[in-house]
Amino acid sequence: MIASLARSRVGLRSFAGSRLGNYIAIALLLVVVAKAAVEIVHRGLPYFVQILAFGIADGAIYALVALGYTMVYGIIELINFAHGDVFTLGAFMSLAMLPAFGLTEGHGFGIGSALALLGVFLITMALCAAVNVAIERVAYRPLRNAPRLAPLITAIGMSSVLEGAMYLWRGPANLHYPNLIPNPTVALGAHVTVGLKDLLVIATALVLVVGLTMFIGRSKLGKAMRATAQDRDAAQMMGIDINLTIAATFVIGALLAGAGGIIYGLYFNNVDAFLGFTAGLIAFTAAVFGGIGNIPGAALGGLLIGMVRSFNDGYFASEWTEVLIFAILILVLVFRPSGLLGMQVPEK
Amino acid sequence: MSGAATAVAAGRRASAGAFLREKSKDPNAIAYTAMLTAAVLFAPVAQFVTGGNGDYLVSQAADCGVYVLLAIGLNVVVGFAGLLDLGYAAFFAIGAYTYGMLASNQLVSSPIGHGIHIPFWIALFIAMFVAAGAGALLGAPTLRLRGDYLAIVTLGFGEIVPRFFRNLGTLTGGVNGISALDAPRLPFWLDGPWVGGGTLGVSTDFRFTSGNPTAFYVLMILLLLGCVLLVNNLFASRLGRAWMAVREDEVAAAAMGVNTVNIKLLAFGIGAAFSGFAGAFYGAKLAIVSPENFGFVVSVTILAMVVLGGMGNIPGAMIGAIVLYFVLFKFLPDAPQQAIGISKSLGLDFLVTPTPNWPGIGEEISRMKFLLFGLILVLIMLLRPQGLLPSQVRKDEFTRGTAADTVYDLETT
Repeated sequence: MIASLARSRVGLRSFAGSRLGNYIAIALLLVVVAKAAVEIVHRGLPYFVQILAFGIADGAIYALVALGYTMVYGIIELINFAHGDVFTLGAFMSLAMLPAFGLTEGHGFGIGSALALLGVFLITMALCAAVNVAIERVAYRPLRNAPRLAPLITAIGMSSVLEGAMYLWRGPANLHYPNLIPNPTVALGAHVTVGLKDLLVIATALVLVVGLTMFIGRSKLGKAMRATAQDRDAAQMMGIDINLTIAATFVIGALLAGAGGIIYGLYFNNVDAFLGFTAGLIAFTAAVFGGIGNIPGAALGGLLIGMVRSFNDGYFASEWTEVLIFAILILVLVFRPSGLLGMQVPEK
Repeated sequence: MSGAATAVAAGRRASAGAFLREKSKDPNAIAYTAMLTAAVLFAPVAQFVTGGNGDYLVSQAADCGVYVLLAIGLNVVVGFAGLLDLGYAAFFAIGAYTYGMLASNQLVSSPIGHGIHIPFWIALFIAMFVAAGAGALLGAPTLRLRGDYLAIVTLGFGEIVPRFFRNLGTLTGGVNGISALDAPRLPFWLDGPWVGGGTLGVSTDFRFTSGNPTAFYVLMILLLLGCVLLVNNLFASRLGRAWMAVREDEVAAAAMGVNTVNIKLLAFGIGAAFSGFAGAFYGAKLAIVSPENFGFVVSVTILAMVVLGGMGNIPGAMIGAIVLYFVLFKFLPDAPQQAIGISKSLGLDFLVTPTPNWPGIGEEISRMKFLLFGLILVLIMLLRPQGLLPSQVRKDEFTRGTAADTVYDLETT
């Protein structure tokens, strides 16, 4: 029996990496694309543009969250399960802050409101960063040299702690997030329109992602981060403060996640305490899809996952969307574990 | 002649004494003895203490057994072979749904058109094989991934399976799941005080019902006994040693001639088989399976049980399961009522009454369950990462061989 298992196993391995396997995968992909194309032509251009804009906006939010996952994984090889809940925390904290800044639904949105909203953004992002650093200090740093399972379980535990704290704070009901941003449609041509909100979300996310990429690529701290991710011990010998660098990674991840939480609230107008769990898993899928540890990859993965979501919701069966996304996760890991943009690295 | 015989007998007595003395120092032997004693005594003591109203407790103990079984199974995957599985509840779901579809009228309304009613005793093993098959099917293409990547794949699988069952419509009952599952039946059964009847005798065509949880309890204990013997034998076998070798160093194990792929596949399949057992039992006892019962939280709970008890150690995992089950499913659900009682007896009635800003202390405490679950996980890992009853190897991993202290000092030897 073992011998036959061995043979079948070898068969599977060579299938996954073989030309034939690739051809079959490509053929399947073509079938799916063809079916999608038929549906898209059938529904017409205006619907397509709406779905596309929604997909990109949705994907931009996932990209913001995915960046935090990918950075933390890149530097300490930990799946930070609590990250999705830091994203929810951003939405919850800003929701509590909005009335204090005079931002309520139904009033006009002028330059004053925009400045107030910017203030909410900055304070929420700072608070999220503080929470994330505290989590790292309390739950991850003491276990940095323990077996890998230990920090993974504390990460799941911290995720549950954050969810539980938000649940305790606001109760089990879904919360309405005020619809502050006016959403006139912008005409792109005859009958073809996109919402202003879609464009704003995309623009904000783009600014944050480009800013981060430049920061990691050009600044001294960014260089320290890359060095630490590559080889922690060697980086320490070069005089890099490892604890500071890792904490900085958590700060940046939380800044983006907190901003993502507010953007999510403003865009979907509905939040609950357990939002971050599934959203976090999907964002994590995006990070793996793009190549875990790779920053442009996480942004690209987020966009693609957002598109998969909106196109499957819009054209096919929405109840299968999450199954589809997690199936993508498994298939990517089986066929290309390094993701779309990741490099093949030898395992340590 | 007779002198020699006496000497042999004395030697035997001495060795028996030595055996007992040795075993009395072995924490695992103590744990097994304690658990076996508790298992035998639990049902009568529960009935006696509550004055014959202990059915509820016995039923909960049988449910606890499901988690013990799951912890034993996950311990094979995570503890023995070192494969991180974050989607173990998926196999539990597969076992439960297999029993649900094979032993109910669910398939009448499906395209198949008529219900299947396979007896529990056969369906138990079918569920086991289906779950093990699913484990092998998932494992075959993914087991070459290491560590975290495997954890992610199993996590994805664990998310897919319940959603899959939820979306299959008439085949699996969709959101509502499958209800009115067949109860296990026996051709005859010994009547006695334990059934509530009081008189001794033999009845025929006995049905396991929710009104008689003792039957489920006994079945669970027998199932556990069988599984513990099986796993202990596996652990001491060539396969068990191969699992440990793969866990400690896969490359070295492969170099020593261990077929790592098959070994890991077997760990995955055998681990899944136990959850197939657990799933079928769970379905038969509750008589209902629903897609909500097999989420990520279940996978994490089982993993936490194994880690709390002591990874890689069978009695450890079992004790971890019992302790965590008690905290999560007995202590925390009862806590709101307790808190209300305490506040009332202290004269703090204002704590109990809900106001617009205060949901009442009972509701407030029941809302704390997610927070407390998370804190338990974090505290276990920070305070006792090796678990309550760790295996010797794992204890060494945490205490020796860390940066300052080496396991083997190369200079002195």
